[in-house]
Amino acid sequence: MKRVYMDNAATTALNKEVLEAMMPYLTDIYGNPSSLHTFGQRAHTAVENARHQVALALGADDKEIIFTGCGTESDNMVLLGIAERYKTKGRHIITTAVEHHAVLYTAQRLEKMGYEVTYLPVDEYGRVSAEQVAEAIRPDTILVSVMFANNEVGTIMPIKRIGAVCREKGVFFHTDAVQAVGHIAIDVNEMNIDLLSLSAHKFHGPKGVGALYVKKGIVVPALLTGGAQERNKRAGTENVAGIVGLGKAIELACAKIEETGERMTRLRDRLIDGIASAIPEVKLNGHRFERLPGNVNYSIKYIEGESILLMLDLNGIAASSGSACTSGSLDPSHVLLAMGIPHEIAHGSLRLTLGDDTTDEDVDYVLETLPKVVEKLRKMSPLYKG
Amino acid sequence: MYTEKVMDHFQNPRNMGEVEGANGVGMVGNAKCGDIMQMFLKINDDGIIEDVGFKTFGCGAAVATSSMATELIKGKSVDEALKLTNSAVVEALEGLPPAKLHCSVLAEEAVKAAIDNYHARKEGRTDEECNCVSCGHDHEHEHGEAEE
Repeated sequence: MKRVYMDNAATTALNKEVLEAMMPYLTDIYGNPSSLHTFGQRAHTAVENARHQVALALGADDKEIIFTGCGTESDNMVLLGIAERYKTKGRHIITTAVEHHAVLYTAQRLEKMGYEVTYLPVDEYGRVSAEQVAEAIRPDTILVSVMFANNEVGTIMPIKRIGAVCREKGVFFHTDAVQAVGHIAIDVNEMNIDLLSLSAHKFHGPKGVGALYVKKGIVVPALLTGGAQERNKRAGTENVAGIVGLGKAIELACAKIEETGERMTRLRDRLIDGIASAIPEVKLNGHRFERLPGNVNYSIKYIEGESILLMLDLNGIAASSGSACTSGSLDPSHVLLAMGIPHEIAHGSLRLTLGDDTTDEDVDYVLETLPKVVEKLRKMSPLYKG
Repeated sequence: MYTEKVMDHFQNPRNMGEVEGANGVGMVGNAKCGDIMQMFLKINDDGIIEDVGFKTFGCGAAVATSSMATELIKGKSVDEALKLTNSAVVEALEGLPPAKLHCSVLAEEAVKAAIDNYHARKEGRTDEECNCVSCGHDHEHEHGEAEE
């Protein structure tokens, strides 16, 4: 059976060149980067080289990059760390209703610790505006955290303008850029970003490694203590192979970011237009243009998301959904609900996310298969009268 | 995540669709919660379920439990069908993930709702009872009409 992987927002395939770059550090060069001897120093050099690759990709300085275990850890580190370090200035944090749970649940944790959190509502496309942020900032606000691009609907936030507002008001600005890095060109200085989270496996790097950009002068205390690694910011022996893989993956992705973006946008638009013309009563979630090059998210009326995923999988297609049945709760995706999409429509959401390896044939196969799957499920549905 | 039996019933649902001449029809669940089951029964003069059909909006487990419930009551008497429990449905499917057990409850209630409707028709009752199952959401039940 043909297999088509369209769940690249969940994770991507490891790039072969990245694997090759990592291999020596999984085999011969096994030293601990903290060790004085040659074994250790070779590993240390590799980590610092990767740090430089990440810094270059973001327009940052090497010293502004901290390697972490994942995007979630980077997000936790920022929220918990800034809250702790700057609590004398204030105890108010601003974020949005559509953040990844790595930010949302951590913000809720801070609320329980006595902090106040403003969750900005979004428009029908899932966006907040710089004006909303400006209005929400108070004298006791210590952090604004707005994701760069949404993981479910792919909507891109006006990061540069939000950053400018934060800078003007003297409030730190963090962006969870896990879905954007490697897919959209980012310059932290030009975009007024103070703190940025990223994760390697979202752009064909390995799992288990992420990074945090912290602008010079901002202090983010360590979440993990017990060693001097990462300039005392993240204790624990470095995941050397993973870090090398992250460096290589970000270098490769950023070297051809425009070319890949254009190619993926074309495939994405083929999917968006193809689904709209082949299947009646569907609704595109998110913005038609202000979205990630690889993200397609549709609500398909009268049927439920998990059923769609199961039946697509039986046909070799890997996708994702924001239905309650896939979220592990009674409620469908908080992102779709925040965008004002009714529960019953949110249950029928389908996310298809493209990667470097997605081809026109893959798109053809999805456009050929999905309408049949939808028709079969709609025939079963008591809601469908068509 | 699902047993082979569940996947089999999901892929090849038994008795799917409306039943012509059905004299007991019930619908439970709610679109807002993500699952609705509709059950069609054709019950003969001896009180035997001659034919049964279902339509379901919901996840894989919702489809499979409806399908299995129809299998378990087909050819049975109304009294026997009323004794169908959700655990019997789960057992017949060789298990469901804990988060999906409510689907089996819905299947049991769909059968009961259809039998209720059969009795109501027989007794000439016109008042349609609400057979919606509470899902913990605070909202109006709309009996299967999807909202725009």
